[in-house]
Amino acid sequence: MPGTLRDRWSLARVPRSLHPAAWWGWSLGTAAAASQTTNPLLLVLLVAVVVAVVSLRRGDGPWASSFRLYLLLAVFLVVVRVLYRVLLGGGEGGAVLLPLPELPALWPGGLRLLGDVTSDAVLQGLQDGLRLGAVVVCVGAANALANPKRLLAAVPGALYEVGAVLVVAVTVFAQLADSVLRVRRARLLRATPAGRGVRHRHRVVRAVVVPVLTDALDRSLQLAASMDARGYGRQAGTSRGRRLVTGTLLVTSVVLLGYGAFAVLSAALPTWRWYPAEAAWAQLDPGLLVLLAGLAAAALGFRSAGRAVVRTRHRPDRMRAAEWTTLLSGLACFAVVQLVARGPEAGVLLPGVRAWPSLTPALVLAPVLALLPALLTPPPALTGAQLPRAAAGGLS
Amino acid sequence: MLSIQHLTVRYPGAERDTLSDVCLELPEGELALVVGRTGSGKSTLLGSVNNLVPRFTAGRRVGRILLDGADVTLASPRELADRVGRVGQDPLAGFVTDTVEEELAYGMEQLGVAPERMRVRVEETLDLLGIAHLRSRALTTLSGGEQQRVAIGSVLTLQPRLLVLDEPTSALDPVAAEEVVALLRRLVHDLGTTVLVAEHRVERVVEACDRVVAVLPDGRVRDGAPADLLPEAGSVPPVLELGRRLGWAPVPLHVRDARRRAAGLRSRLGPPPADPPLPAPVADQGLDARGVLVRHGRQVAVAGVDLAVPRGQVCALVGRNGSGKSSLLWALHGAGPRQAGTVRVDGRPGRGQVALVPQTPADLLYLETVAEECADADEQAGLPAGSTLAALAELVPDVDPGQHPRDLSEGQKLALVLALQLAGSPPVVLLDEPTRGLDAAAKATLTRQVAELARRGHVVVLASHDVEFVARTCSRVVVLADGEVVGDGPVRDVLADSPLLATQVARVMSPLRYLTVAELLTAAGSPS
Repeated sequence: MPGTLRDRWSLARVPRSLHPAAWWGWSLGTAAAASQTTNPLLLVLLVAVVVAVVSLRRGDGPWASSFRLYLLLAVFLVVVRVLYRVLLGGGEGGAVLLPLPELPALWPGGLRLLGDVTSDAVLQGLQDGLRLGAVVVCVGAANALANPKRLLAAVPGALYEVGAVLVVAVTVFAQLADSVLRVRRARLLRATPAGRGVRHRHRVVRAVVVPVLTDALDRSLQLAASMDARGYGRQAGTSRGRRLVTGTLLVTSVVLLGYGAFAVLSAALPTWRWYPAEAAWAQLDPGLLVLLAGLAAAALGFRSAGRAVVRTRHRPDRMRAAEWTTLLSGLACFAVVQLVARGPEAGVLLPGVRAWPSLTPALVLAPVLALLPALLTPPPALTGAQLPRAAAGGLS
Repeated sequence: MLSIQHLTVRYPGAERDTLSDVCLELPEGELALVVGRTGSGKSTLLGSVNNLVPRFTAGRRVGRILLDGADVTLASPRELADRVGRVGQDPLAGFVTDTVEEELAYGMEQLGVAPERMRVRVEETLDLLGIAHLRSRALTTLSGGEQQRVAIGSVLTLQPRLLVLDEPTSALDPVAAEEVVALLRRLVHDLGTTVLVAEHRVERVVEACDRVVAVLPDGRVRDGAPADLLPEAGSVPPVLELGRRLGWAPVPLHVRDARRRAAGLRSRLGPPPADPPLPAPVADQGLDARGVLVRHGRQVAVAGVDLAVPRGQVCALVGRNGSGKSSLLWALHGAGPRQAGTVRVDGRPGRGQVALVPQTPADLLYLETVAEECADADEQAGLPAGSTLAALAELVPDVDPGQHPRDLSEGQKLALVLALQLAGSPPVVLLDEPTRGLDAAAKATLTRQVAELARRGHVVVLASHDVEFVARTCSRVVVLADGEVVGDGPVRDVLADSPLLATQVARVMSPLRYLTVAELLTAAGSPS
């Protein structure tokens, strides 16, 4: 271990990509925090923090450029939400911004259309839309920050086969999109007749589908041959006894998890109490115990299955200090919001539309916590995927 | 090292054996070049070495395969992963991961190599291939030559004693191909790896190879010295052809040997007879493109190119992979993007008067039989029934109209698509990498077809990496680099003086600017 704090800090700043699970934990934490509130100040702060972290810490892989789409989707959601209020709601009170005639309901208690556009309706739409948009941006951040393939590769050994199938599926899907484009382009080369009708359409579809599917099959076979020739699945032999144990454990866990979830959600089992019986924390739903038992069985089953896979990883992603910082900062952000929601100042999280929303010091702390990964994690290692466009900057 | 004994392969539904009674002994540390016509069974032979044939292809296989004396006839490809490394023609199709390092490590991960050893071996392989600076690059952003080197590296990390490569340079430009061949030579010389490589462009590999394995049309296989066997297999590199015609013994294989032998010839011969000057472009006649600009996102693929080609001229576009040749062809046709510029044919807008045969001609084929495809083209062009089929028969006489287009050989597919595209009799014909996957005989046929098109007054523009083909086929060469025209002139001026684009004969005869064997033989007064 290096000596001084300064050495350790410098070492921690060496560019690398974080464990994908850390980014997912962080982004789900912020998303959960955003879903707890309609306070526009807090939501805007959260979105700003997430955008800042993404622009500072995302790599240059193809998935990284998807963040812009999530931002556009969020804006779209806000707009749709407001329009929806204008179209269906209206007239709940507040100043009238735009007087519109109201269409009478077609049946008693049916939908009312249009009507006066009031400030309340628009503001409520804005708040709702912002909340939804913020959640989308937070989840989109995980997609932009974590390499989806590395996330799949980080699955436990027992799920290795499933992970490999998914990785290949992702690859082949991208190639499929590629070959659709190529064949469609090639179609332009053969003059298409000006005919119409079912037969014509049938012919056009066939002209694209046949070459694309042939191409996809060829590629899949080539990929399979390449993987096989490079030793894929070589160590997959397991004994019969081991398979039996693994199977039993996994089936048991599925049954327990299913029953546990049912019990918890439906409160079908009587609540257990223990001393002191009147304290709230002493109440325990036995469904929860069943769920825990199911999880334990699943863990044992995965471990048993994973032991059969003799496979090593080049540069495995490990949960190190930066990863834990990221994960915990996301969870802490959520915890702070949750604490406020349980506390006396819960009203700040769901402000009305008539008063200017306010923030408490604790609520300012939440986005600040979520910002920590931007400062405390190492910068991403670049792959040069965008090298020809090195001049590109900003959020593109 | 490798011993193949009495190997016979027949695919289901085939009428004859693809390989019949093949016996082959390959000693350690040799580079063997597998040659043969398209469809002769080269790939079958290579696939048999690590049992991908018949496991991935179906079919019946008889015989034995021995590696270092161990019988591996029944082993699965994955069991042979650390003994036989296999690299295919299209590196992208075989990549499993995203980045260079991950791809190099993939095989070792499957075999459970300890992480510390894995790191060391990845480093060693990066250095061996000379791609250490690319280590974290995404695979799709690499050039063709780099991708092929990564593909070779990804099997080298398992340290196989035998490397099997199926047409590793066929999609590469001359420079990238030389990189790959140099790498193979280094593996053989420094590491003692045994290499079995199939290649159509024999001239690229023949200088590095120790022996030639010829797959004959009847499925038999013979091996021996390159000079003896190449003529029999129908693929003779120009240097070898020259030596044979001029009666040099021993027949030279390398440009260097041939250059020494040709010292007398060079002093005796004068410069080649002057070519007829290129016809000046006539206004409102032929292809006239001005200021063509193509951008893909922020990347400029074609940066304002002017190109005027009169009728009857065959013009070649050359340049490294990614220099904008394909983008230019697609923009000239009108089907691809074009942000600026005009394309006029005979003074009128070019749309509908240009035919383009793309790099993968099979993309255009979707019907069940050759006859149906031709009838479709007739209908769309408003021609009387049967005219396209007749045109096809003129191009390649031996195509059965009832055949499925996918079952045709590469050369036949190309001819079919060419016939389909010519149905409307467009004045301009564009060909994108037409020699890909063609053997020597098919290339000779294509040269004749192109000459016939030009004679009928078509404008022909073709993009190609194959300088020998360009020298035989074209009268003018345009060199593209980074989307700009950096050279344009008669084929002799452009090819003979370039260190990288020169044909083998040009290298042998430099500074005399002969390009092809035929014209040299004529000048030397030798019966050809």
